[in-house]
Parts: sequence; C-alpha cells; structure tokens
Amino acid sequence: MPEHESGDSIPHLSGYREAELDQAFAAISREVEASSAALATPEAVEAFRLQWLGRKQGRLKAISDAWLKSAPVEAKKLIGQRFNTLKAEIEQRLEHAEASTGSSALDSEAIDITLPGTRRKLGAEHPLIRTQNELIAIFARMGYSVGIGPEVETDYYNFESLNFPPGHPARDTQDTLVVSGQERKPLRDRLLMRTHTSPVQIHTMEEQPPPIRIVIPGKVHRNDAADATHSPIFHQLEGLCVDTNITFADLKGTLDHAMKELFGSSVRTRFFPSFFPFTEPSADVQISCPFCGGSGCRKCKYSGWIELLGCGMVDPSVFGFVQQKQPAYDPKKISGFAFGMGIDRIAMMKYGIGDVSLMYSGDLRFLEQFA
Amino acid sequence: MKILTSWLREYVPGVRVTDRALADDLTLRGIAVEGVFDLGPNGSLFEMDITTNRVDAMNHYGIAREAAIIYGLKLAPLAATLNDLSSRLKSLRSEDAVEGPAFPVSIEEPRLCGRFTARVLRDVKIQPSTGIVVERFRLLEQKPISNAVDATNYCTLAIGQPTHVFDLDKLEGGIIVRRARKGEKLLTLDGIERILDPEDLVVADEKKAVGLAGVIGGWDTMITADTKNVLVEAAWFDQVTVRRSSKRHLVHTDASHRFERGADFNAPPVASALVSRILLEAGGSQVGDLTDVVISEAEARSAKRDAIAFSLGEVRRILGVTEDKEGITAATAETILTGLGCCLEKSADEAYSVTLPSWRLDLEREIDVIEEIARVYGYNRFQNTLPAFAGSVVELPHAEQETTLRRTLLALGWNEAVFSTFCAATDAALFAPQPASAVAIGNPLSEEAGMLRPSLVPGMLSMLALNLNRDVEDATLFEIGTVFSGSPERVAESPSLAIGATGRAFDQKQVTFYDLKGTVEKLLEKFSARSAYFDNLLLPAWLHPGRSARAVVDGLTTAHFGQLHPAEAERRKLRQTVFVGEIYLDRLYKQPLRQPIARELSRYQPVRRDFSLLFPDTIPWATIEEALKGLDIAELRSFAPKEILRDVKSVPTGHFSLLLGTVFQSQDRTLREEELQEFSQKVIAAMQSIGSRLRS
Repeated sequence: MPEHESGDSIPHLSGYREAELDQAFAAISREVEASSAALATPEAVEAFRLQWLGRKQGRLKAISDAWLKSAPVEAKKLIGQRFNTLKAEIEQRLEHAEASTGSSALDSEAIDITLPGTRRKLGAEHPLIRTQNELIAIFARMGYSVGIGPEVETDYYNFESLNFPPGHPARDTQDTLVVSGQERKPLRDRLLMRTHTSPVQIHTMEEQPPPIRIVIPGKVHRNDAADATHSPIFHQLEGLCVDTNITFADLKGTLDHAMKELFGSSVRTRFFPSFFPFTEPSADVQISCPFCGGSGCRKCKYSGWIELLGCGMVDPSVFGFVQQKQPAYDPKKISGFAFGMGIDRIAMMKYGIGDVSLMYSGDLRFLEQFA
Repeated sequence: MKILTSWLREYVPGVRVTDRALADDLTLRGIAVEGVFDLGPNGSLFEMDITTNRVDAMNHYGIAREAAIIYGLKLAPLAATLNDLSSRLKSLRSEDAVEGPAFPVSIEEPRLCGRFTARVLRDVKIQPSTGIVVERFRLLEQKPISNAVDATNYCTLAIGQPTHVFDLDKLEGGIIVRRARKGEKLLTLDGIERILDPEDLVVADEKKAVGLAGVIGGWDTMITADTKNVLVEAAWFDQVTVRRSSKRHLVHTDASHRFERGADFNAPPVASALVSRILLEAGGSQVGDLTDVVISEAEARSAKRDAIAFSLGEVRRILGVTEDKEGITAATAETILTGLGCCLEKSADEAYSVTLPSWRLDLEREIDVIEEIARVYGYNRFQNTLPAFAGSVVELPHAEQETTLRRTLLALGWNEAVFSTFCAATDAALFAPQPASAVAIGNPLSEEAGMLRPSLVPGMLSMLALNLNRDVEDATLFEIGTVFSGSPERVAESPSLAIGATGRAFDQKQVTFYDLKGTVEKLLEKFSARSAYFDNLLLPAWLHPGRSARAVVDGLTTAHFGQLHPAEAERRKLRQTVFVGEIYLDRLYKQPLRQPIARELSRYQPVRRDFSLLFPDTIPWATIEEALKGLDIAELRSFAPKEILRDVKSVPTGHFSLLLGTVFQSQDRTLREEELQEFSQKVIAAMQSIGSRLRS
C-alpha cells in the first residue's frame, strides 16, 4: 500500500451495504468538489488532475486499491461501479476546468478560422439540364417513361403526320431550317431540323401500341432571329398519354399536378382555348405567378399569370396517320393528350435568367453560378 | 388585329359587361385579347391575337358573334346593320339599280375560284371618306386613302371579306378568272412589276391580268381621283392557290391572309353590297344587277357541306368530368352549337346531325364540334382528374449511362455547357471524323452555322475562346450532345461528349494532358469494358501529335484527346494552351455500366517499397507498366510512378529518374522479410531487363 500525506489518508469504509458505500463515496465526492473549487490556472488544473487521477500518486487509485483489496468478493462489483462514476465526475470537472482556463499547448497551434475555406471546385450543372431532369422526375413519378428522337426529321414526321398539311398556314408559325439538297425529294421525305419535339409522339406510337405515357426532352430549331427571350436553338419537353379512357379533365389534372410539383403547391393553373394542328381541343396553360402569388409583379407583367405551355387532346387525324403502322390507335376506341413546354423558358423563370443566349454560350461566369 | 368595342357592341346590342370583362370573357374562350386600350367616350380598342384557324374571328362581326354566344344575346343580322351606314340608300335591291346589262364574268378555273361577284357603279365621286368610316379609321389608326379604297378596307374590318375596286373604264371587256400565262407581267398596287407564274391565278380582262387573285390588285386599273365608274369585285378563291401566290411573290396582304385561311363562301354578295353602299354615299348609282357566278362544287365544299354526326357520349368520352354535377347537357350543347351558326337535327337520343356554318371551314369533324363545346362551355369548368394507369415504365436505353457520365464529370469539376448544333464549313471539314461526311443546312442562320456539327470539338473551342476573351482564364467545360454525319439523302445522329480545359483549372495547377487522361480513365472505369488502352496512333489533325492520345475500348477507337494543335490554336487566336477531347458515346455506350463487386479486404499489413531507377528517355511508362504486370507476384497489390525527374543535374542527359512506389500485400499471411527481398529482386530484375539502372 503506498504511503500518503496525512490529509490524504484513506477514508474509512464502515461496511459493504449499498447505503454505506453510497455514504462513503459521497464523502469522497465532496472532497473532490472542494479541491476543484479554485482551478483558475492551467497549473492548478494539472495539479488537480495529478492529485486525483495520477497514475502512481493519484488519490482515487489509492482509495480504490485499498478498498477493493479488503472488500469481500460480492461487494467488489458494487465498489467498482461507484469508482467508475466517481472517475467520470472527476474527468468532467477537469474538462470544464481545462475549457475555462485554456490549454497553453494547443494555444500555440491556433489558426485564423475566419480565413475562407478551401473550396474545391465542383462542376456546375447546366440550368437547362437541371430543369429538364427536374421535369422528367416529376413525370416519372406519375408513371411516364422517357423517350428521345432525332433532331433531323423528315417533313412527314415534323409536319404532315402532325396534321400540318402541305401549304397549310400553320406551318408559317414554325420557320424551319432545312437540310441542303432536298429539293428533288418528295415533300414528305425532305429532311429538316425538327421545329418541335412532337414528331417523337408519332415515332413512339408507331413503335408501341397503347397504353403510352412518355415524356420526350430534346433540342429543337427554328429559323428565328435571336433576342433576349428567343433563341433559334431551344429545348422542349413533350408529353404524351394515350389509353382507352383519357379525357380533357385528365389532361388538366396532370398538368395542374406537374405545375404544383414544379413551382409549389400554391400555384394554380388555368386553361385557354388555343390552336395546334395536332391536338383538338387545344389549350394554352397559364400558371398563377409563382413570384408574387398572383397579385401582379414585374415577372408576370402585372397580370398575376404566366403562360407556360401548350397542350390538347391528340387529334383523331394524328391517330389516323399512326394507324398506318399501328392499327391499335383507333380514335373511336382510344384517346389521349399531348403537351409541350419550353424548358429554356422554365429554366429562365426558375433561375432568374434574363437572356436565353447565356445558356448556349458556355460562359463560365454564368455557368459557375449553378455549381 | 385591332377591334373597336364601340363597333363590336353595335353588332351585339345588350352586352352589359365592361370592355375589360368582355376582353377576359373572350380570351377565356380562345378569342385572345392581348391588350385593352381606353379610348374614352369611344369605348376601348382591343389588340387581338387570333389563332390561324379562326379566320372567321378576324373581323368585328365575327368577334361579335362570339360575344353573342357568351352572353346568350342575339347577333344583329348583317344586312340590317348595313342600313345604319347609309342615309341615301336603304338597301341594294335590284329594283334600285339603273337598267343595264349584267357585267360579264367568266371563271376559267372553277377549282381555284368558287365564286365571283361583280357590280357596276357609275358616276361615282372619288373623294376622301367621311362620317363613320373616317372616324373608325382614325380610332383604328388605319390610313384613309379614298372613299373607294376605304370602303373595301372597311368591309374587311367589318365582316372579314376582302373585296377589290377597279376603275371600270380601264378594263377592256369582261372579267376572266384564269391562270397566268407564262411570262405574263403585272404591275401590282405596291408598284412592283411581277412576272407571273402559270400556277398563279389572276383576275383579268380580255386583254390583260388586272389582279393577282386574292392577293393584290393591278396598278393600271386602280382607282384614281379621275375615276368615274367602278367595278366592285367580291369573290371566293381557293386557299392553297392564294397562299402559293402570296409566298411565290413574297407579298402578304390582308386579303391573302384571309383567303388562305378560308373565307366565307356566302360573304361576297354581302360584302359587295357594303362596299357599294359606302361608295354610293358620295353619289352615283348601281347599273345592272349583281353578277354572281357560283361554282356549285366549290359551294358544296364550303357553304353546303354534308351534315356531320355528333353525339353527347363522345363529348363525355373525350372531355371527361365537369365541376358542375350535371355536366354538359343536351340543352347546353344545343345552345352552344346553334349560337355558332350550326343547324342541329336530332338523329337519336343524345345524337345529332349537324350542319356547319359557311364561315367556319375549320369545323369539319365531330371532334371540331366537341372542341367548340368545350371552348364555349369554358375549359376551366372541367375538373382536374388524374388518369389511372395500366402499362409499364420503359427505361431509355442509354439514360443511366449518360447520367453516370454527367455525374462523374460534375464531381471531377467539369462544368456542363450546351452549344449550337451548327458550325462553320471550315470547322466541319477539319473536325469531321470521316472526310466529306458533314451535312449542310439549306437556309442557315448565318455563314458560321452552315453545317450540322460533325463533332462537338469546334463548339468546345469556341466556348473556350469566348471565356478567354472575357478574361476567364481558367476553364473546364463539357458538353453532351448530338453529332451528325451522312449526306442529304440520309443523316445519321450519334451521341458524343466533348471536354475542354485551359488555365489553372484544377486545384490551382495548370491543366495538362494528364488531367484529360485522368478524366477519360475515370469515365471509362464506370463501364465494364474487357480491354481499354491508350496510344497515339491515327490521331486527328486538330490534336498536337506529341501530346495527345486515343483511347481504344474493346478494339474500338472511343476517344481522342490532348493538347490542341498549335496551328489550330493560332488559327483560332487562342491566347493560351487549351486541351480538348471527344468521346464517341455511340461506341462507349456499347459497354454496359460496371457493377461494382466488393473484394474481400486483407487482414494483413501492406508493405510499401520504393525503387529509385534510372531509365533512358526512350522507355515510356507503358513499357515499365507492362514489365511489372508481367511479374509473377500475386502479392504485388499496386505500383505507381511517384516522381519523375529529368533535365536536372543529378540525372544524366537523355535519361530520367523514376521513383517507383510499390505495395505488397497478401490475402492470407503476413509477408516475411525474405519474401519481400525476393519480390524486390524480381522488380529490379524486370526493370533492368528493359534498360533501367538502379540509382544509389
């Protein structure tokens, strides 16, 4: 048994019942508390630590060695538990004391934590792709597959099969870029840059009998002059749903749901009659302005509404064209709806982009904002 | 198109709502009012945006008809409203006409001209317009010309039927509607002499063409201040013929705009009366009766079309449930269709035979009628429902591969870009993987966009140049897009991926060839190719021959990358070294994505051994790698070049020093020192066999 100074003599243990043990430990605890009262300096803290927890001279070890040695086997566990609790108490006091006095050794290692962090560069997701993926995810949750189609199309798929007859004025609304050297071909076989993603509707139906639920993102081209909101190259998301029981009310519900997912549940939609050769009835869809909630702001030109997409019920003539390859598309038995939206426009709205050409510039000052 | 509400309201007396409410109600029914401008006591001016299918609504009377349906009001009959115009003439009945012969009209092309009316007005006075015509023109900002010309414009604004007035004394004989003769010339009202095409339809007298039918009149027979006698033309021309002539001669007029969208077959006599009455207000009289040549086949195609079948069951099948519990009843459908001018005959329970109005050539089928019902009933009165779904989700074949590439590139610090589909002819020639396979655009947006891009690299270089020109000196970009090849006969499209970098793009260090190679390696690792290697054979001309590589995956050239050829950099005036590459995704996508399989981790300590070696410059790493891979040491877990030094004092000229790091580890035991000694000897021997010396 190690020797101790008079004040640190081993306290007497009156018995091994739990109450007696508790009493004895409470006394040591009071002693600990008293000796930790004035730990103002790192030196005092260190002295306290050595006094109680020192490996050789520590009082805790001394007491525990003494008590455990003489204790009967059945009491050893009870004593051990109490020593553990007491040790934790002392350690906690030390921790507090160290925190409040500071530790000189670590002080010298201090750094300026107000300097900027090392920011490893992340690649920036393009706002168009980001919007496109968001839209696809929304429709995927409603059971839609994703399709793609060629950017170079024939006149038949881009126009004729979508019910734009040759020489129809509706063709004027989609100024077309054409592939050179097509003059000698029959009109329907002439190659052009698709002016919308709608031709993929026809491809999809020709390849697959109903039911169909598909969204088709893609690049489209028009022979238009560029300005802040128009680019001759832009992106659309096309949607098509065909089954035996699809109604105009379903079209409304689907787009209302999609717009709420995209812009928040408080957004409302309203539908206006419109005209597209390949849908009937056709509609333009407006959403209540997500920026002002409909009270009117600069973004909605103080109207409270923003026009966002076109849609309609698939025109029976379109099914007629498809039936040449897929007889299952009998307009008397099935029905469907289609919709198309400009991904660029939605991206511009969502991310506050003022000039569409920035999205096709590769300008990193612009792109890096989306990292 | 502009509409005066005061004029509109004259045609539908009893509209009680404000102009603004009227605009909203029309817009919700597809007759879009884009702008409402207050004209004070004169009501409002509506700026309209009418869809191309609704030519019937491109005039005041047509929009009035829509208002009448919306509010359940009666539309004033046209003939009656014409009366308000004239104090002098109450109507243009034949008994009011002065005796005279009917003007001769012959239609030689009955398929192209379905109806032609001609009316002779004598002793008219050509003068500025007065009264309501000039007042309404002022509000509409329509320039007045003379009472005769204004009368025709007024008629178009009122009822949408184009008309034309000739100076009768300049006509030589009767009117003949015929095709133009080859090489025939016509000086048109816009002062341009046009050489006509035999496909053009013309209005002619016995000697010459006097107008391009339905498009524009002729100069020589136009009304002048000296005109005394007038012939009023109101006709119905074939849509496609008018459109072709208008396109061929690049002249788009109010008349051609309406004819090519389908005019009302029954309108010419009404229009003729309106124009004549306005003109006769200043004096003169009608001579002879109205000549009205009607081609019955054309009438059958327009004004007297067969009735179509229509049923309420189909309305419900296509449109679905309404918010109103009753839904669209028979009474609702009947009211709407009657208001539109259809005649209904009940054919069965909830089924009808519908006769369509002459002014709505866009209505042809049952679905057109259903759309009309939905439109007038109100789209927003239908419920928002979601359809039940049968069927499965089909995954796009390469969607996951593309997503993996994109995610990997973003994580490696590359920024995604999207660029033009087109490039300049010089670029197409230089960057096309196959010579002469690039495809040209027939009507390009600009000279620099004359070709479909055969490669994403020229676009990538343009983007890097743009950034450098804007003082963005550190750039990493990638683009995933379509490239094109083929001929005007057939254009093939393939997915491709370009990467481009310059400056201190990664971790503040100058971009090198190895940054691109590392990226390509990382991307390839995502795929489960059986073999992949890099070499510098068959490099494209746009790459620096000494600092570029190709990647070959399972025998296919799958990527080219490296430093841009200095000559090309010079040509593009690039201020700093750039690195670019292209990965041919059609080839890469042949490889499925790699499925990671977890390997059992060794419980035994790995041991690292470094070797300091000296090699002649002629030995590439690939040789060293091959030699090490050839070693029969299962415990050689990995090796890598840790440091390469050349051109320093301690390294002899023509040599480089290599610090080769190796790691040995066994799966089943702790490696003993003797084993490690043996491994080291084998490594050294292998290195010596390819020409290395051990340093120090």
